[in-house]
Amino acid sequence: MTDTFLLAVDGSEPAGRAAEFAKARAKAGGARLVVAYVIEWSPYTFNTPEENEERHKRREEEIAKAKGQVLDPLVAAIEAQGLEVEGVVRHGNVAEVLSGLAGEKGACQIFIGRKGLSKVKAMLFGSVAGTLVQVSPVPVTVVP
Amino acid sequence: MKKLFAALTLALFWTPAALAQETQERGIDTIINEAVAPISNFIVGVVFYSVPVFGVDFPLIVMWLVIAAAIATIYFNFIAFRAFKHAMELIRGDYADPKDAGEVSHFQALATALSGTVGLGNIAGVAIAVSIGGPGATFWMILAGLMGMSLKFAECTLGVKYRNEYPDGTVSGGPMYYLSKGLAEKNLAGLGKVLAVFFAVCCIAGSLGGGNMFQANQSFQQIVNITGGETGFMADKGWLFGLIVAGIVGAVIIGGIKSIARVTEKVVPFMAVVYCTAAVIIILANITEVPAAFGAIIGGAFSPEGVAGGAIGALIQGFKRAAFSNEAGVGSASIAHSAVRTKEPITEGLVALHEPFIDTVVICTMTALVIVITGSYSNEAGMSGVELTSSAFESVFPWFPYILALAVVLFAFSTMISWSYYGVKCWTYLFGEGQKTELIFKLIFCIFVVIGSSMSLGPVVDFSDSAIFAMAVANIVGLYFLFPVVKRELESYWSRLQEGQIKRYRTTWLIHTD
Repeated sequence: MTDTFLLAVDGSEPAGRAAEFAKARAKAGGARLVVAYVIEWSPYTFNTPEENEERHKRREEEIAKAKGQVLDPLVAAIEAQGLEVEGVVRHGNVAEVLSGLAGEKGACQIFIGRKGLSKVKAMLFGSVAGTLVQVSPVPVTVVP
Repeated sequence: MKKLFAALTLALFWTPAALAQETQERGIDTIINEAVAPISNFIVGVVFYSVPVFGVDFPLIVMWLVIAAAIATIYFNFIAFRAFKHAMELIRGDYADPKDAGEVSHFQALATALSGTVGLGNIAGVAIAVSIGGPGATFWMILAGLMGMSLKFAECTLGVKYRNEYPDGTVSGGPMYYLSKGLAEKNLAGLGKVLAVFFAVCCIAGSLGGGNMFQANQSFQQIVNITGGETGFMADKGWLFGLIVAGIVGAVIIGGIKSIARVTEKVVPFMAVVYCTAAVIIILANITEVPAAFGAIIGGAFSPEGVAGGAIGALIQGFKRAAFSNEAGVGSASIAHSAVRTKEPITEGLVALHEPFIDTVVICTMTALVIVITGSYSNEAGMSGVELTSSAFESVFPWFPYILALAVVLFAFSTMISWSYYGVKCWTYLFGEGQKTELIFKLIFCIFVVIGSSMSLGPVVDFSDSAIFAMAVANIVGLYFLFPVVKRELESYWSRLQEGQIKRYRTTWLIHTD
């Protein structure tokens, strides 16, 4: 049975480095890649009525953007290298969704880039990679 | 035609000169006040037509609301108590399909509706009720809140069931849609249309009254309170305060500056927590007074002393303020709840049960208890409205009026944003969708902020009340016809829930760790 690696992307530069690293690992180990773009979202925010009214539309737009600008080109590029790959877009808390996806897709490892935030920034805004390391059910490779 | 034009021109040129002269004598506030008061008095007279009951004037409209709430409570077999826990689970997201992540959650729909409901009614309205109706008004207010839960449940279920979903993915719902579509299903299309239009007209007036002028007026009062009272700088600057608030409201609803709205939406829940915490501290600090306060509330509910109209007088005040605060039966919140993503309209109705509960049974009761415990309601200065609430809190925390001023302005602001949305929805229902039609209403809305800040309390409260209660006339007639629809939905959902057919998801994404 081939191993499955989960790769987290968001179109940023660190995510690009994580993608390169994960591709190389997958090639070397003959693993399958699941590329996930998680859009940060919480069901417990406070919105204006107008935001609520347009929410469904915005969600479709967010998904289309994530797919069109980041996920689809990346998946195509990985496929072109002869690797088995699948792309998913989800909404939610990034670290939790990734942990959930690892279980759902049977991934044995997660690859994620890190932004290299300063201590203060990480404390204020939270670090996705840092949180993921804490909650993930499988080993996490944080690519600098 | 020419004559009319000439008259208009004359009026235009004549007004500024005359206004300037009058301004020097009486101030802009008084002029606006005197111009609007007769109109508001007329509307109030119609809506609050009263009949004598045991020698007291009982406004028919209050009876109308109370009877509807009582019937809903019995017809849905005390759904508010049966489904209280299940509603909590729905709000928490236990039954939310993970595939719908990113859509409007039950929590978000409730929070948005609440930010329109929790406003000055909870702070100032309660004070008005207690100052006129005595402590006993509190009892009736809580009772009205508990019964209002069932009414709110029905109207929010219908709001989702009969909403419009447009091809571009946006949704529009509320009484105007369920009245027209729902009654059409019952072969009463004509009546439905009439009720829907009547509702929309009243909702526009309500959005300008209770959703706007009352909020502006009371937040201005509190600003006056903390800037030196009647002799302070702000005392006769209602128009100035109005212009500033109108500017900010305009920036959000016309200018589309979402950041202001977003900040408010985040700060408002925080202020609500601060407000309730302060109230709890005051109650705890005076714990020895609590039994006496409850005695005054329950005793005052049935045999009050010194209240005009006795028990009935207290009851009228309590019911009136509860209805004005939680808007059950009025139909407004149904517009906000309609945006939720759910396959079962009934779930949003169940979630909406908590709205009158949080609004009236929790927050309004806090305010009432503080006023009763501190004994502030029996003041000799004749204080009422937000001034009374402020002085009650001040008697324990001398610095509280400043916090309250901030809370009041923020509550008022978020309520205005919500009501401007309700108003726009009804406006476009009547005059058709379109940027231009929306803009006209939004401009009118901003003008009313200035008018509201300039008028004295009496005419503003009366007008707010009448506009909001008039919405209930059309809404409740429709609800009586549509109650069976809600009951059918409820029974189907409830039996499937008991049989375990409604899937409960144990999802990780719902637990918020950061």
